[in-house]
Amino acid sequence: MAVQTVATPSDSTVDLGPAAALSCRECGHRVPLGPVFACEECFGPLEIAYDFSAYDTEELRRRIEAGPASIWRYAPLLPVPADVAEKPNLNPGWTKLVKADNLARELGVTGGLYVKDDSGNPTHSFKDRVVAQALEAARAFGFTTLSCSSTGNLAGAVGAAAARAGFRSCVFIPHDLEQGKVVMAAVYGGELVGIEGNYDDVNRFCSELIGDPAGEGWGFVNVNLRPYYAEGSKTLAYEICEQLGWRLPDQIVIPIASGSQLTKIDKGLQELIKLGLVEDRPYKIFGAQAEGCSPVSTAFKAGHDVVRPQKPDTIAKSLAIGNPADGPYVLDVARRTGGAVEDVTDPEIVDAIRLLARTEGIFAETAGGVTVGVTRKLLQAGVLDPAKTTVVLNTGDGLKTLDAVAGTGLSATIRPTLDSFREAGLA
Amino acid sequence: MSVTVRIPTILRTYTGGRAEVPAEGGTLGEVIADLEKNHTGIAARVLDDQGKLRRFVNVYVNDDDVRFEQGLDTATPDGAGVSIIPAVAGG
Repeated sequence: MAVQTVATPSDSTVDLGPAAALSCRECGHRVPLGPVFACEECFGPLEIAYDFSAYDTEELRRRIEAGPASIWRYAPLLPVPADVAEKPNLNPGWTKLVKADNLARELGVTGGLYVKDDSGNPTHSFKDRVVAQALEAARAFGFTTLSCSSTGNLAGAVGAAAARAGFRSCVFIPHDLEQGKVVMAAVYGGELVGIEGNYDDVNRFCSELIGDPAGEGWGFVNVNLRPYYAEGSKTLAYEICEQLGWRLPDQIVIPIASGSQLTKIDKGLQELIKLGLVEDRPYKIFGAQAEGCSPVSTAFKAGHDVVRPQKPDTIAKSLAIGNPADGPYVLDVARRTGGAVEDVTDPEIVDAIRLLARTEGIFAETAGGVTVGVTRKLLQAGVLDPAKTTVVLNTGDGLKTLDAVAGTGLSATIRPTLDSFREAGLA
Repeated sequence: MSVTVRIPTILRTYTGGRAEVPAEGGTLGEVIADLEKNHTGIAARVLDDQGKLRRFVNVYVNDDDVRFEQGLDTATPDGAGVSIIPAVAGG
């Protein structure tokens, strides 16, 4: 049997800005910054521990406001070197926070309803934010191949980031993904490998590949670089608050796949409070899932702390993670903030995609249909307060999931005459 | 029953750096007990204080996630492959 060298973390001489070490979220065990993701003591997730002690609040605010129109305006709060904006990357972020007055009227929201529209990122989903962090970590640790397990959006984000940065990419997806996502990942020229199985099978494969010589030297953005990658979702929290005038929203509705995005948005909000950049007052975080893949909402509604895995069966494939790594932490955040986790059916998802499109001109992918659908459901149930400032996330572009709204089409087909136009009742 | 256990990188300090080790046992629980005999300390990394699988550990017997089966009571047929994998990946 082959004897392998056990990988050890690099020492902390790497320059990743304010990132000081990796710390286990479960047991607090600390290790130096390196391409490791699970605690050697308890298997818990490793997170970045920062040193923000030198920051003056007003100076930091000025520095951020004078920064680039991308996530790099928040570089002082991320695990990246100070000159990150000068390195070849996709410069994602600073997407629109749309005041959705038409949708608000339709849903009866009076306290202000906003859509954080992350379809405006370079590869049309929020994944560009997280990949940009992982890319900097990959550079710092000397990797030259970027890889990942993906439900589709991440595959495109990794392919594009690798192309811009001059890295090789090799990404793994379930073989039956939406054709739009396959094309949008393959076009960047990296290797795209379909795995016969669902996302959890792909994820398992990548986790095993990482410990094998075949995967040596590879930076898997959401496996061995996951502590860095996940921090990218904090920028959604920073942007939402800055775009609201350095103010916390009262309620945020966030989709749940692995749960990482939701927990990191909470972390970002907590950091802004601790740094004095926003007023310290309560906010509520709500998680949204599709009924066909609802392990976290099922646990939430049952009052459980443990998330029992499910076999996904939903059109919301970007959220189809049956065994969500951060599921238990989502439950903690929703309960701590007084929020909730809810799910909607596939027909409700499609209806919500159409609702957002016809009220605000925003064409969301299925994950956006999930958040809008859950928002409507929670408003009807009296769980979301219509008098409070509410932000709903749209994490991706509807062009990626055209199949979901395939029944949408022509209102009529007519001859090119005015009579025909009138006969069709269109006048 | 003789099985092959795939060891994740973070546990290879207990197996002398080996990525795969043999073990004996008719159930996953027995396999972990046998691993502990030959690689002292490994069970405490995989099991919590109550002797249950830690929540951030995924274990597969062949292609089956034991959480969909019988957990530590999942049968481990002769020649089976057992994989221990950190659960904090993906997303």
